[in-house]
Amino acid sequence: MVTIPIGKFFEAVIVWLRFHFDDFFNIIRQGLTSFIDGFENMLIFIPAAVVIGLMAAIAWRSAGKGVAIFTVLSMSLIYSMGLWPQTMQTLALVLTSAMIALIIGIPIGIWAARSDKFDKVARPVLDFMQTMPAFVYLIPAVLFFKLGKVPGAVATVIFAMPPAVRLTNLGIRQVPEDVVEAALSFGSTPRQLLFKVQLPIAIPTILAGVNQTIMLSLSMVVIAAMIGAGGLGEEVLKGITQLKIGRGFESGIAVVFLAMVLDRITQSLANINRNRKM
Amino acid sequence: MFKVEVHNLFKVFGPQPQTILPMIKEGISKRQVMEDTGHTVGINNVSFQVKQGEIFVIMGLSGCGKSTLVRCINRLIEPTAGEILIDGEDIISANHDQLLDIRRKKVAMVFQRFGLFPHRNVCSNVEYGLEIQGFEPTVCKEKALQALELVGLKGYEYSMPDQLSGGMQQRVGLARALATDPDILLMDEAFSALDPLIRREMQGELLELQAKMHKTIIFITHDLDEALRLGDRIAVMRDGQIVQIGNSEEILTNPADDYVREFVQDVDRTKVLTASSIMKRPDPLVIPKDGPRAAVRRMQEEGISSIYVVNSQRQFHGIVRVEDAMRLVKQGVHDLEEIIIKDVPIASPDISIIELLPVAFNAKTPIVVLDDQNKMRGIIGRAAVISSIMGEEK
Ligand SMILES: Nc1ncnc2c1ncn2[C@@H]1O[C@H](COP(=O)(O)OP(=O)(O)OP(=O)(O)O)[C@@H](O)[C@H]1O
Ligand SMILES: [Mg+2]
Repeated sequence: MVTIPIGKFFEAVIVWLRFHFDDFFNIIRQGLTSFIDGFENMLIFIPAAVVIGLMAAIAWRSAGKGVAIFTVLSMSLIYSMGLWPQTMQTLALVLTSAMIALIIGIPIGIWAARSDKFDKVARPVLDFMQTMPAFVYLIPAVLFFKLGKVPGAVATVIFAMPPAVRLTNLGIRQVPEDVVEAALSFGSTPRQLLFKVQLPIAIPTILAGVNQTIMLSLSMVVIAAMIGAGGLGEEVLKGITQLKIGRGFESGIAVVFLAMVLDRITQSLANINRNRKM
Repeated sequence: MFKVEVHNLFKVFGPQPQTILPMIKEGISKRQVMEDTGHTVGINNVSFQVKQGEIFVIMGLSGCGKSTLVRCINRLIEPTAGEILIDGEDIISANHDQLLDIRRKKVAMVFQRFGLFPHRNVCSNVEYGLEIQGFEPTVCKEKALQALELVGLKGYEYSMPDQLSGGMQQRVGLARALATDPDILLMDEAFSALDPLIRREMQGELLELQAKMHKTIIFITHDLDEALRLGDRIAVMRDGQIVQIGNSEEILTNPADDYVREFVQDVDRTKVLTASSIMKRPDPLVIPKDGPRAAVRRMQEEGISSIYVVNSQRQFHGIVRVEDAMRLVKQGVHDLEEIIIKDVPIASPDISIIELLPVAFNAKTPIVVLDDQNKMRGIIGRAAVISSIMGEEK
C-alpha cells in the first residue's frame, strides 16, 4: 500500500510560506489587530443605549418598524443578560471579517462573471472551501497568525467568502443578454458596461450574498473562539468546558438574537433595492 | 456612394471557423457542414448595398441568420470573412476605439425584446447613449426629452420600463436609438414582440418618423406583411444566404425561387398593398392665398383642368376647377375660398386596396390620400386601383 504524503506536502508548504513571508503575515496581523480592537473599543465605549438606538434606526430605515422594535428588544435582552461587552466583541469581529470577505469576494465574483475560464477554475475551489469543515481553517490561520482575534477573523473570512463570490457572479450573469447587447451596441466600454449596467442590475443578488456572508461569519463565532477570538463564542465554550450551563445557554441565545437582527436588516437591504425605482 | 455595403460576408460559429470556409465556398450545405464538422453556418457569402435614406428589410424564416447578419454590421458579432463598409470605411478593420466611436455616433440598434435597462427610468434609458459619450447631464436630458417627444412618450419620462406596455417600451427603445442621432438604425425584429394592432401602429409611426428624418434603416423581420409595408427594398434570406433582393413588387410578382414563392403565395395583394403603396405624388398644388390667377397659370403650365388646394402645412382644403378660377380672375376676386370644391373622395394611407374599391367605384375625381393630420399624401386614380388588383401596379 502506497501512502501519498498529502499531509506532509501541506505541512511543507505552510513551513515554507511562514519562513519566507513572515514579515508579511506580521504586518497583516498587526493591522488587523488594531482595526478590530479599535472597532471593538468604539462599540464598547459608546453607551449601549446609543448603540441600540443606532441599530434600531438602521433597522427602521431599511426594514421598517417591526424589525426596529425587534432589534431594540433583542439587544436589550442581551444587555440585561450582562453579555453586552462580549456581544460587541463578537459584532466587531463578525463585521470586520464579513467586510474583508466582501472586499475580496465581490471583485473575484466580478472576475468570474466576465471570464468563463476563471469561472471554471473558481467553481471547484469554492466548492472545496464550502465543504471543508470550518475547523480545518483554524490550522493554517493559527500557524500564520498565532492565537487571538486575527486568526479567528482570517478563518472566518475564508469560510464566509464563497457566497459573496458566487452570488456576485450569478447576479452579473443573470443580466439579460439583450440588455448587455443594448449597452454594447451604444458603444459602452467594458468598464461602463460593468458599472452602469451589470452591477446595478445585479445588486439585489449581490446583497443576498452579503447577507449570507454575514450569516456565515456569525456561524464561525464559536469555532473562532477556540483559538482565542473571544466574545460570545468564548462564553459558549466556557459553558461546555467549565460546565457553566446557564451562562453557555444565555450566550447561545445572544448569538441567535444577534444573528436574527443582522439577518433581518441585511435581507431587507436586498429587498429595498429590488423594489426601489430610481 | 452607398451608406452601407456588405461584400461576401461569412460567419461560421464553432471552434475553428476559418478552416470551414473552403467547404462552404465549395457549396456544401449548411446541414452537411453541421453534420461533418459541428460548425454552424450563420452567414454564407452575403452581399448587399443600402442607400442613404432607405429602409432595407431583411426577411427570412427563423434561424436563417438575420440577427447574425445585422449584428455583424456593428460587430456585436465578429464576421469570419468579408467586408462591411459604412460611408465607404471598412468596419471590420476598425480598432477598438474606432469601433466604439461608430457604435456611439453612427449606428444604433433597436432590439426585439427591447433590451431596456430595468434599473433606469425611461428618460435615463434614453440618455444612456449620450451619457457614456461623456455629454453634460443637462445636454443628455435635453436630447433625451426631444427623442421621447418624437416617439410620443412625453409625460412618461419618469416611469420605469416595466410599468409600460410593450408598445411603449419599444418606443423607449426607439427613442434611445434616436437620441444619439445616428445615421443608421439597425432594427432586429423590433416589432415582432408586439401584438398585431400595436405592431401596425408602430410601423406607421416608423414610416412617419422616417419621412422626417431620412435615416438609413436596416430592418429585420420574419413577417412578409411587415416587410412589404416598410421596405423600400427587401432581401429574402435562407440558410445564411440572400436568395433575392428587390422592392415589394418584384418580390411579389417575380419571386426568384420556390422558397420566395412559398413566402409570398399566401399574400392577398389586395390586403397587403395599401393606398400609400399605389398613390401618386399630388403635384401640382396651390395654397389659398396664391389666388385664382396663380392657380390658373399652374394649371395651364401643367395642362390640367383642376388643381389641389392645401395650406402651408400641406393640409388638404379641396379642389379648384380651371373654369371656376378663370371666372374669379374676370370678377377680380383674389381669394380662392368660394370656389374650392370640398366634396372629394378621401382615404387614409393605411387603408388596403380592398377597402378602397367601393370608394373608387363611386369616385368622379381621383381619391385623395390624407394622413391623420389631414395632410395630403397623394392621389389615386380609379385606374390605379383596378390595375393593382389585376397585379400590374405601377
Ligand atoms: N452564438 C452562436 N453560436 C452558435 N450558433 C449560433 C449562434 N448564434 C446563432 N447561431 C446559429 O446561427 C444561425 C442563425 O441564427 P440567427 O439568430 O441569426 O437567426 P435569425 O434569422 O435571427 O432567427 P430568428 O428569427 O429565430 O431570430 C442559427 O442556425 C443559429 O442556431
Ligand atoms: Mg433573430
